[in-house]
Amino acid sequence: MARLKGRGVAAVNYPTGMNLGGDPSQALIHATTTGSFVITLSSVDLGQGLKTVMAQIGAETLGVPFDTVWVDTADTDTGPHCMGTFASRGTHRIGNAIIMAAREARAVMLDVAAEELEVDPADLVTDGKGKIHVNGSPEKAIDVINVALAAHFKYGKTISGRGIFMKPKSDVVPETGEMNPDSAQAHACTVAEVEVDDETGEVRVLKLTNAYEIGRAMNPAMAHQQIVGGAWMGMSHALYETTEPYYPDRAHGPLDFSEYLMPGPGDIAVMESAIIERPAANGPYGAKGIGEMTANSPIAAIANAIFDACGVRVESMPITPEKVLRGLDELRSK
Amino acid sequence: MQDLETIDTRFFSAEREADLDVVGTTVPRVDARAHVTGKTQFYEDVSFPGMLHLKMARSTRHHALLKKVDTRPAEKVPGFVRALTHKDVPNNWYTILRLIGVEPNDEPVLPEDRVLFQGEQIVAILAETAEVAGEAASKVKIEYKDLPAVFDVEEALKPGTPAIKPHGKNYFVYEGHHCRRIRFGDVDQAFKEADHVIEHRYQSAPIEHAPTETTGCIVKPEGNGRFTIYSNTQACYFTLDNAALIVGLPFNKLRVIGGTVGGGFGGKVDVTVEPIAIIAAMLTQRPVKYAYSREEEMQVSSPRAAERIYIKDGVMKDGRIIARKVTLYVDAGAYSRHSPYGTTKAAAHMPGPYSIPNVWVDAHCVYTNRTPSSAMRGFGVTIGDFALESQMDRIARMLKMDPIELRMLNAYRDGDMKAHRKKAEGCALVEVMQKAAEMTGRKLPERFKKMSSLKPVGSKGEGI
Amino acid sequence: MPSTVVTLKVNGRAQEFLARPGTTLLDALRESCSLTAAKKGCAQGTCGTCTVLLEGKPVFACLVPVETVAGRSVATLEGLSDGDTLHPLQESFIELFATQCGFCTSGMIMAAKGLLARNPNPSRADVVRAISGNVCRCTGYEAIIDAVLAAAAKMKNATPIRKKAAE
Repeated sequence: MARLKGRGVAAVNYPTGMNLGGDPSQALIHATTTGSFVITLSSVDLGQGLKTVMAQIGAETLGVPFDTVWVDTADTDTGPHCMGTFASRGTHRIGNAIIMAAREARAVMLDVAAEELEVDPADLVTDGKGKIHVNGSPEKAIDVINVALAAHFKYGKTISGRGIFMKPKSDVVPETGEMNPDSAQAHACTVAEVEVDDETGEVRVLKLTNAYEIGRAMNPAMAHQQIVGGAWMGMSHALYETTEPYYPDRAHGPLDFSEYLMPGPGDIAVMESAIIERPAANGPYGAKGIGEMTANSPIAAIANAIFDACGVRVESMPITPEKVLRGLDELRSK
Repeated sequence: MQDLETIDTRFFSAEREADLDVVGTTVPRVDARAHVTGKTQFYEDVSFPGMLHLKMARSTRHHALLKKVDTRPAEKVPGFVRALTHKDVPNNWYTILRLIGVEPNDEPVLPEDRVLFQGEQIVAILAETAEVAGEAASKVKIEYKDLPAVFDVEEALKPGTPAIKPHGKNYFVYEGHHCRRIRFGDVDQAFKEADHVIEHRYQSAPIEHAPTETTGCIVKPEGNGRFTIYSNTQACYFTLDNAALIVGLPFNKLRVIGGTVGGGFGGKVDVTVEPIAIIAAMLTQRPVKYAYSREEEMQVSSPRAAERIYIKDGVMKDGRIIARKVTLYVDAGAYSRHSPYGTTKAAAHMPGPYSIPNVWVDAHCVYTNRTPSSAMRGFGVTIGDFALESQMDRIARMLKMDPIELRMLNAYRDGDMKAHRKKAEGCALVEVMQKAAEMTGRKLPERFKKMSSLKPVGSKGEGI
Repeated sequence: MPSTVVTLKVNGRAQEFLARPGTTLLDALRESCSLTAAKKGCAQGTCGTCTVLLEGKPVFACLVPVETVAGRSVATLEGLSDGDTLHPLQESFIELFATQCGFCTSGMIMAAKGLLARNPNPSRADVVRAISGNVCRCTGYEAIIDAVLAAAAKMKNATPIRKKAAE
């Protein structure tokens, strides 16, 4: 008749990109005549926030304010090919494609600005606030909007760019499994603190402490969203979820949310998370991506914490109260 | 309320140094305002005049021949428009990964003579309203002849078990092998040299993505021979290309509009609803909507594969893991979908982020009579991590070693050779553990505090 | 069976439409009133994405036959902001990153609105209870709870307009 506390740890890595590569994405960028930029994609935002992060990458590379860059997606008539949003590939591949396109557009923009200011394009910098000026002489400047107007109506130039990123498809050597599966790996370590009720077998996750290494966080708050949301999903996977509660028997499969159990807002754990960054050489501004991995270390950390708490090693997911109680019974019978 | 941005810049500080204006800053999400005002447009928020609704009559059996499919009772329901069977599908057999050269085309859009899982779609019913379509679908009379059903992955591979797939094997063939293999070093020899051998089995059950928005699409004929597909697919071109091949239209006759999805998690990257909806739109020249009900999303849409993983480790008493042998079974269910790819990814992920000199992996992609599994967040990795990290914990306890220290000892470093023969780079497992230890008030011994992904284990400065 | 003419007051405006027998309030809002913020996540009352306020009380619109609420007053997310001015709940959801895919957001905000109307000073547990019928698959709930509490604090500190006019 006790609530037993325990702590467990898990450390993992996660690969960036579609396994074995061969998953290109393209991006097109053009400036409007009034100095805004549109990034045209066929990429899909699932809620992870691609539309925001891609605009950030575009704005950074172009050297213009974030709120002058808009992402237009997804329409396969206007957006060039994108393999899709999966495999933690979005930020990495689409981000790289956008950098390539933005560099091309930026070069034209600086050429036109140089013409207008009568300087060498190599002498120019963007201030990120909407102006282009001579490096070291901010008074010798021109607004991006005027550059855009001049480009289109005076010089007949299009401030636009095209980009693609592809990790070439590699094959697996069938005999040995030699392969080149990914572009980078991100890392995570979770420490879980749980409480096991030894009468009901119920497990409460008290706290999850997560340390993530993701290359570079494009938007720290949005990376945090992935960490917290993913940790919740990991807790859910570890303790609650399955479509076949008696696998491999298919009986009693849940049909709706009243039967498919997931932790509700009253079941969430206290969470403390931190990010460290080791930029990937091939990632956009070093990004590795984070979308998938965030459920993974919490799951095993919770399983290990349960063992620490009550000595029951559950080798199958989900770790239901029934499995914990059976484990406790077995321990008591010894 | 936790700080929204906690980046510890002490780690890899020289490498991460950069002069950035926008990247790395917390700008508000560009979609948040539309979300909170209800203006974000999901595919189902747009309706078209004259739209038809498509519902499926589905198999109630796990594995059966279709002796008779009678749609006449369905046709009598007022508002019924049309029934579609496999005869209406120009190129009925496909596999999603054919686009990247995976074969065979093992899945029918609509079955021709048998069903392979409970819930498999058999007849598509088109009607004026969703209610009528559902009612008519429930009235389709189907006569089955049950076949023996296979539910267990190891049972499926036993020589006596009947093959449930037309090509005669209950597994995906990897270049002539019955599984994806990793062979690195010599595990058998290493087991002989190991101080301890520890062997365990891990198991998971299928897991549903359960996004709050169910899978669906609306296909609209444009009157110029083209069709617009409003879809919540995660991959517009995966959908477009596969659909074009199935319906037999030139690729440029299809247009996919989407990009805003109410949760994907890998569950909206199978091309299940669009092809039949396009065919319905082609035949009726009316917009057609095919949306999964919640029940269909739960039990018919593909889940994460159940996996069974056997891990056998050879461990030295100082904590070094010198051999890891993994036998892994991915339960692909009735059809391949993305599982052949996921199984390769599972093999590539082994033996985890650790430098182990001898690694042996057999990763099987196995067919059973259940809902086909497919991609889900962490595809090929999530369940592997449950097994690997449970195993690491057991090794630590067996050796009476601290669980973090055991991992740091074995963690991969830059330049280490991985089991799939790629050199490790950009490693940071050591550092995330150091950070997590710090966050939880765990004081690491000097040797472990000094460890770095940039230096091999046992480097000078680590001390004893 | 023939359809009936149903009148509803939605977000302060009269809406009149034909409803087939069995039409739910959710379908009526989405299809007859073109108010698509409320979502159809399950049509069974187990996900909360269809939450609207019926005379201030949160209900699952997918479970309400619209004919049974004829003549009554319904509030949806579309009526929450005042022109361009966002409601504190909407502001807080943005500021505290309480949205990801956005599909649960309408239901969450309406459930929260219902709570704050009857309890302007909710505890964390009160907020948890109020949104316990709303599934979110993306955020892990923490940011949503924080956003509702932040909105409550904002609303407490706001100067009532009536008071200002009197000064």
